[in-house]
Parts: sequence; C-alpha cells; structure tokens
Amino acid sequence: MLSISDLQVAFKTRRGEVDAVKGISFELAKGERLGIVGESGSGKSVTSYALMRILDAGGRIKAGEAIYGGVDLKRASETAMRDIRGREISMIFQNPRAALNPIRKVGHQIEDVLIQHGQAIRSDARKKAIAALKAVKINNASARYEAYPFELSGGMCQRIVIAIALACDPKLLIADEPTTGLDITTQKAVMDLVDELVKARGMSSILITHDLGLASQYCDRIVVMKDGLIVEAGNPIEIFTNPKHPYTNKLVDATPRRGATIRSLLPEEERKPLAARQMGDTPLLEIKGLEKTYHGKSGPVRAVKGISFTVKAGESLGLVGESGCGKSTTSSMIVRLLDVSGGEILYRGEDIGKMPALAFARNPLRSKIQMVFQDATDSLNPRHTARQSIAEPLKRLKGMHGEALNARIEELAALTGLPEHLLDRFPHQLSGGQKARVGIARAIAPDPDLLILDEPTAALDVSIQAVVLNLLADLRAKLNMSYIFVSHDLNVVRLLCDSVVVMKDGEIVEAGSVEAVMDNPTNPYTRALIAAAPHAPDRKSAA
Amino acid sequence: MINAVEPTAVKPKIGSGNFAHIIYVLKENPVTAIAFGLFTFFLLSALVGPFVVPYDPLKTDAAIALQPPSLSHWFGTDNLGRDIFSRVIVATRLDLIISVSAVALSFVIGSILGSVAGYRGGAVDVVLNRILDTIMAFPLFVLAMGIVAALGNSVANIIYATAIINIPFYARLVRAEVNIRREAGFTLAAKLSGNSDVRVLSFHIFPNALPPMMVQVSLNLGWAILNAAGLSFIGLGVRPPTPEWGIMVAEGANFIVSGEWWVAIFPGLWLMLAVFTFNLMGDGLRDIVDPRRRV
Repeated sequence: MLSISDLQVAFKTRRGEVDAVKGISFELAKGERLGIVGESGSGKSVTSYALMRILDAGGRIKAGEAIYGGVDLKRASETAMRDIRGREISMIFQNPRAALNPIRKVGHQIEDVLIQHGQAIRSDARKKAIAALKAVKINNASARYEAYPFELSGGMCQRIVIAIALACDPKLLIADEPTTGLDITTQKAVMDLVDELVKARGMSSILITHDLGLASQYCDRIVVMKDGLIVEAGNPIEIFTNPKHPYTNKLVDATPRRGATIRSLLPEEERKPLAARQMGDTPLLEIKGLEKTYHGKSGPVRAVKGISFTVKAGESLGLVGESGCGKSTTSSMIVRLLDVSGGEILYRGEDIGKMPALAFARNPLRSKIQMVFQDATDSLNPRHTARQSIAEPLKRLKGMHGEALNARIEELAALTGLPEHLLDRFPHQLSGGQKARVGIARAIAPDPDLLILDEPTAALDVSIQAVVLNLLADLRAKLNMSYIFVSHDLNVVRLLCDSVVVMKDGEIVEAGSVEAVMDNPTNPYTRALIAAAPHAPDRKSAA
Repeated sequence: MINAVEPTAVKPKIGSGNFAHIIYVLKENPVTAIAFGLFTFFLLSALVGPFVVPYDPLKTDAAIALQPPSLSHWFGTDNLGRDIFSRVIVATRLDLIISVSAVALSFVIGSILGSVAGYRGGAVDVVLNRILDTIMAFPLFVLAMGIVAALGNSVANIIYATAIINIPFYARLVRAEVNIRREAGFTLAAKLSGNSDVRVLSFHIFPNALPPMMVQVSLNLGWAILNAAGLSFIGLGVRPPTPEWGIMVAEGANFIVSGEWWVAIFPGLWLMLAVFTFNLMGDGLRDIVDPRRRV
C-alpha cells in the first residue's frame, strides 16, 4: 500500500543543508501495524512529515520515492495532497492540546473535517460528529460535543484528535508519539483504543515512538532508526530477543523492564559493579499527617490529605502516582517551596514544616534538602551558563568564591560526568543529557543529605535515561544521600528505589518495600498501574 | 539531539565574547548595522556637535535672513538669519537627553512596578493594573500636555510627562514576562539555592524579560523624541531661542506657504531620521541581549 524507497529529506539551516533522513526504504502492507522507533534526532518524525508533505519551511524531499496506492507523494500537486490528507492518510500528533484549536468547540472541529472532505453536509454534520465521538468511546458524547479543549483532560483531548483523524475513514493512520505526556493508565487506554479501531476498520498504521516497549506491544513490525537511517527492521520479538545491530542492542538494553537491574540498562562493557551503600536505621525524614489545602474559587481543594511516611538515612523512596495525585505538591512541601496546611515534616527530628517557605532560604538546613527538576531545560536559567547555574547554590549557601568556587564547580562537573569545556555554554547549546547533568550537579553542589528527584528522566531518550539513572545510583553511594524519587513510571522506580509509596487523590494507597509492592500489589490501583506499563518482551539470549 | 562536538576548550573571555557577538549580529543583519551607524552619528552630534558646527546656533543676523541652502549655509538660514544646519546639529543633544532620560525613567519605574505585579500577583497585581489602565485610558499626548501645563514649562517637566505616559507599556510587558516565569523550574531552583525573593526576581527572572524590553525601549526612544518635539511644537516645553527640532519645525511651518521650505524641512528630516534609527535598532538590540541567539 505504501512503498518508500531511498527517501532523503534535507533542511536548510544557517550552517548549510542538513540531511535529516538519509535514504530509507520500507513497505507497508494493508492492515499492517508498523512501528518506527528511534531517539530524538533520528529522523522518525521527519519521515512522517515528509509522507504528509507537511515539512517545515526549509525542508524538502531531496531524493527517493514515496508511493501511496499508486500516487507519487513526492510529485503530487498540493490540491491532490489536500485530498489525501485526512481522507487517505491521517495523523495524530504528539501534543493533543496543541493539535486542537483552543477557541473552537471540539464538536465543531470534527465537523470541519467531515465537511471539508465531503463526508457530511451542514444538516447532518452534528449527528456524524457525535457518532465519531462515540466511536472513540467518549461517554456522554452529545455533551462533550459542546466542550472546549481546555475543559477536557489530556487523554480526552487525544481521543478527540483520534476522532478527527479517523472521521473520514482513512486507510492509513500515522501516530507520532501519541501518548507522550499522558499518564501511564491513560497511555494504555489511548493505545488500546487506537489499536482496536485500526483493527476493526482494517486500516494500516504507523506508530512513531521512542519507546521500544510500547512499539513491541502494539506493532507487527518495527524499524529502528538512527541518524536518518534504518539500522534494523523485524518483528518485535525478534528485535528484543536477538537484536543484530549494536544500536538496537543498546536500545533494548536501555529499555527498563521487569527483571532488569539498573546496571543492565547500560551497554555490557560499561557495567561496573555498584558500590555498596550505607543504610542507617535512623529516620532522616519523617512525614506525619501532612496536609495541603488550596483555596480555590469553588471551595477548598484538598490536594494532600494527611499522608505519613519515613525515609531512613541512605534510603531511596519512590513516590508514585498519576498526575493530580498530589505527589508534586508533597515534594514541593518537603523541599520547602510550599507552605504546609497541616501535619509535620521532621528532618532529623526537627519540624521544618513549621517554618514558612519564604524564610527557609536563609535557614542553614536549606543546603541539606535539594531537588532535581523534571524538565532540565526549564529548570536552567537561559541567561546563565552551566558554570553560573552550578555556582549559584555554592555562592549563596556556602559563601564560596574565587578559586575555591571554581575548583568545586570543576569537581562537581567531574562527579556528574560533564566535560569541563561545556561549563561555559548556555543551556540552549547543551543536549538534553548534558542539561540533566548540570541540573544534578547544581542540586548536589551544597552537599545535601536528601535529594528530591522529580521525574528527572521523563524528558530524556531511553539511552540517556539509562546513563542518568546510573549516574544517580553512583552518586547516591558516593555522597551518601537519600533520594525521594517522584515518578509515574514504575519500571524506573523499581530500578532505583528501596521502598515505594503509591499515591492516589492525595492519599497513600499502598506503601512498602519495592519488591513487596511491585511483585505482590494488594491495592487494585497499584495493580492497574503495574499492568498499564508497557511490557517489553523478555530478553532471552544476550547477544 | 544536537551534539556539538567541536572543541571549544578555550575559555572565552567575557568581553571579547560579547564584542564578537555584537559584530556577528551586525554582520548578519545589515539593516541593524545601518541603524547603529546612524545612531553613532546622532551620538557624535550630541557629544561634539556644539564644538564643530560652523556658526553659533543663537547668533542672529538680519542681513542674511531666510536664505536658501547654499555652500556657506548648507541648510539655509531662518527668519532671524541663524544657520539652520548648526541649529539642527546642536539640537540633537537636547532631544536625545529628553528622550533617553524619559525612556530610562519609565524603564526603571515600569520594570519595578511590572516585576512586583507579575511576581506577587493577587491584589497588588489587580490594583497596579487598574492604575495603569487609568493612565492608558487618557489620550497620551493630551495627558502629557496637561502634565507640562500643570507643572510648568521646563525640560525636566517634559521628561517627567513623557516618562509617565510610557510607564504602562513597560509595566505591562514586564508583568507578562515575569508572570510566565514565576513558576518556571529555574525560578524554583534559584529559591532552592538560597536566594531571597528579591534576588530571585531581580537576578533570575527579570533579566529574562530584557530581549522584548529592548525592542520596546528602542521604539519608545523614537516616540519620546516625537512627543518632546510635539510638545515644543505647540508651545509647551522648550522655549525659543533654544534649538530644538520641534520648535524649529513649528517656527518654520509659517514660512512653507511663502516658499521658504528649508526652515521646517531640515529639522523635520532630522526628527524623522532619529525616529527611523531607533525603530530599526530594536531588533538588533534584542538580538544582542538574548543569549539564545549565540550559536
């Protein structure tokens, strides 16, 4: 149905032409579900944009053929393309909120597509739009028809986008990272829905993702891309059990899965034994009946409803839950950026919850509790070089300056594996992994005892995630720190944490050691979370 | 992921790095280079103009009144026989002083008000915004006229009036820029590094608002000159015989009908060029203060 041969895409940039896709070939049969897997910059999204001919300005198909059902997508006129988009080939984008027009009712947005492609006329558009909403399993479809995108959750928005994509019964659906940024249970629901619809309508699909586990679960065939080239293609089981290309091998290793240890994420030659950690028996941090109530316009909102847990010295605790469960509020309170509404935060027996967050900046304990933020890009000041960012806590909290300051910064850079010549770069000149290292270096700069990690790897590619997780594991042993690891990804929590606390709606639903909770969950919610994580096939033989 | 691998092991010296960046911006955008060239010319006129002009700008000579442009009087002479070229050049200093100090004043006050409103939010934000709305509700030139008329006719009062009518633009811009960064990761990180709120605001958040502010500053310099000239034109502000572009245009306007066009045209042309320069400079200034433009 779709046949691509030696496709090349190039972009014009300040530094001349850059090849994003350097000659790839694959075929897609009717009803086949293809997965394109690769890390950022591999050219996987550009490939799909080229197929739809929606490349950014400056991008062009340089060479090669892309034939869809007899139509040459490279030479087709813009009018012909407009007909093909939506009716023949449809696309689901990464960020559903950005893909929807924020000021139009979602029902009208579906109607637009139907009318555009002559699938409906004014009089019956509404009925068909509601039918399309029902098809993507939206409850109370006629009420949702009137909703604006901001009134709907992320998962709901993605369903609307799917409804729009499928409204005209296309033969091929391209999904570009359709579940990035969605919660793990929502991800499962959305992927199951797409899968069901694609199968029921006999469509073909291309799933573009960085998650090998997800692709293996929902695709018949996977192609792995790196630097604009296909390095390996095959069925998911084959790729997982017997990866042939070294890059695929590295990706498979780096994908967190059941039974993996943190070192097994790294390529074999880099697996050094983990240093032993000292675990004290004294509690470092005790949370007792912690509460947070926000006063909203529609009455008080209880974000955290009296939770209690303990972190021992040297212990790592995972704080798990989906968005809105109160895990971020809890971590903000512990790190003293947010005032508590009730309960105690005992740090080595001292109730730091009583001090107002505003005054805590001058407290000597400030240097003892630090945090690594979720989005490394957002957490670095765009006007500060890496050196300035790392220097900030040292200057303010430790009063360091001059030679001592520079020596300490270089020591921290060495600890976090940041090459020294990168220290004078601005954040936008650094890669994602390098920015993550700067964020970690800054957090450990004032010698904290407790580090709160707020999904520090969420925005990173799997291979970089593997490296950063291992770095965190090494640092913990070297500097004798305790971690609170906030995440929605149980596979990752299992790798790094000793114990885990599962939160839902501001309450703790389950807590205990990682093994106990993950292998024998007692609470149905915990079970649902574990089941929703993509299961990568087990790796039987080491290549 | 763009993994730059070129060796940049040499620590860049701060000064030369900035200078190289400025050169780069100017090279990349010739319009910016022209604007900066013109700006340098105006700056030189303001600094050394009074010492190099061929005639005393205040010296009258009835014998040569209203002469058209010639080799001895490039821009001609006015009704009192004063050399228009000398007056136009000498006027640069006064006009630049008025516009730069007015803009500096509104930049500082507007930044402080806007930062506080954007960072604090809540009641402070609401009250400040309503006050700014009130200022903006007046026709700005009329408001400036009123202020000068009430406070008295002096250069200082023109500066105050021009500053006051421009404050809302700065305050609103800064407020928006600060507001979106209030909860940003780097703001939280700065707090965790032991910075007080004032430090977080002034050293971490506010500098990030500078690039759009620079565009505003440069546009505003142009407006401020026009505003000052406008006030002088209607007789509020600078008084004759002080050379100032606005008054000169006002004085020359009477002679256009009788064919002595040069009396009004040349100061008007300089006024136009100055505004033009500042408007063009905006983009260049933004590129210079934005570290993200460095590659």
